[in-house]
Amino acid sequence: MGSDLNRLTITEARDRLRRREITSRELTRDCLERIAAVEPRLNAFITVCEDEAMAQAEEADRRLGQGDAPNLCGIPLGIKDIYCTRGVRTTCASRILGNFTPPFDATVIEKLRAEGAVFVGKANLDEFAMGSSTENSAFGPTRNPYDLERVAGGSSGGSAAAVAADECLAALGTDTGGSIRLPASFCGVVGIKPTYSRVSRYGVIAYASTLDQVGPFARTVRDAAMVLRAAAGADPRDSTCSARPVPDYERALTGEVRGMRIGVPTEYFVEGMDATVERTVRDALKKLEAMGARTVEISLPHTGYAVAAYYLIATAEASANLARYDGVRYGMRASADNNIELYNRTRAQGFGAEVKRRIMLGTFALSAGYYDAYYLKGQKVRTLIRRDFERAFESCDVVAAPVTPTTAFRLGEKTDDPLQMYLSDIFTISVNLAGLPGMSVPCGADGRGMPIGLQLIGPPFAEEAILRAGDAWERSSGFARPAPQL
Amino acid sequence: MLESSAMAQEKISLEQVRHVARLARLELTPEEERRLQIDMSEMLGYVDKLNELETDMVEPTAQVGESGTPVREDVVTNRPAAEAMLTNAPAREGFFFKVPKIIE
Repeated sequence: MGSDLNRLTITEARDRLRRREITSRELTRDCLERIAAVEPRLNAFITVCEDEAMAQAEEADRRLGQGDAPNLCGIPLGIKDIYCTRGVRTTCASRILGNFTPPFDATVIEKLRAEGAVFVGKANLDEFAMGSSTENSAFGPTRNPYDLERVAGGSSGGSAAAVAADECLAALGTDTGGSIRLPASFCGVVGIKPTYSRVSRYGVIAYASTLDQVGPFARTVRDAAMVLRAAAGADPRDSTCSARPVPDYERALTGEVRGMRIGVPTEYFVEGMDATVERTVRDALKKLEAMGARTVEISLPHTGYAVAAYYLIATAEASANLARYDGVRYGMRASADNNIELYNRTRAQGFGAEVKRRIMLGTFALSAGYYDAYYLKGQKVRTLIRRDFERAFESCDVVAAPVTPTTAFRLGEKTDDPLQMYLSDIFTISVNLAGLPGMSVPCGADGRGMPIGLQLIGPPFAEEAILRAGDAWERSSGFARPAPQL
Repeated sequence: MLESSAMAQEKISLEQVRHVARLARLELTPEEERRLQIDMSEMLGYVDKLNELETDMVEPTAQVGESGTPVREDVVTNRPAAEAMLTNAPAREGFFFKVPKIIE
């Protein structure tokens, strides 16, 4: 190995690439070597794109040689295998898409390609992004780089683990109920779930369309801000995507939080939560106070209802979104004598247990006679959760809280108990229901060395505020993530 | 956990599980049906807590994005690419997706 360029931050790599001290080919090769070395134990990737990555790196080097290259030119990234990538198999960790090769790129992929980014591989996930541990993958679970017996979190567990294990410099994930923030917290990296509609979802395989959002993982807040800026912005092919101009997020990183009002929700420090997680998050808040921020106690009274509302709304939307997998136009097809049998069998053989469970629950919640009691009720409670935040942001600029009640749990610990697995998302789900930006920033570790994340939440389109707070904490806390021993 | 929830109130009958599976176009094994009855009963029992909240006067939230749907000119922006679209077809004939007979 030797050079270990794969351990650089994007900021460092960008500067060294621009000064021509290193090449993207060297940088990419170090990432690919690291992937070859750790993948047998980690399983962060479903598909490694060695040849494509080296060709992209070569092209990036040409561009860097001409000067004036964008921020991400020549930077190796991991891509959650939920983004359509032209000519590269896109599975969504499902048997049903096991042989699907999209003829087009997702808009975000197109944008990053235009910046000259290098894609080292397609990262593992829970099938169709349904899960909190990346154990629901048809390609086997991803393991946590800090303890191979523990989960990486989910659903974007492959992306988080790949960044934590230095297999790439940053990665893309998606977050429907916590799928970026939870694995970021478990793996000790930065993960941002932007405001709903901030980033285009065209070409991103849909799970729950009023909740899904695209976002980055990186090793520093600054790096994540850079990827977010490149990914965000209007897209005529996604009518839900906001036309608001994208700020230069890096300029928000002043290191200054004096006068910032940080809301601390009482409902996010609950009985039964890990004492070390609570203490570590509270210590981080004290540190922000010492830097001049002011903490105010706030209440988000409907927090305890968020998981229930989510599992009605998300599953209902999923049941509609996943109706398209019928074995007719793409993906796997089961053998059958007639068309109805073809649908029924293809879906029976193609979907895993958790996906079936959610399709069933969602179909039930939408079915005649149950719609009002379940789906509509969920949507009404969603309004209450949204209002909680609106009220809270009258007295604070950002909300700070834990990301999860515990650190990474053991593989298999929650697989037999879906409800316990769902409750892992108790502190992240409200943010999706309310459409807000949220972020996980590493803020410490428990006695076993398992990472703990600090969650920062902002009002709609206030990414700059949470990035400023996260960056300021990162710079002055003195907390440095230890390298995983792999 | 499995036994205790099986013994807990059945929120959904096996008949209902089969009906929902028909709607969802999922062929289930008898084992899957029983397991789903248990899991769905547990989830539906859990979401019952929403009934603690009085919501008669609350408007539902169907969408959290910015209001309004943008409009665009109704023009073709993607080039025809039938061959590319058919490369993933499980079965094809010429420029068509091939499926089993629908009408006897």
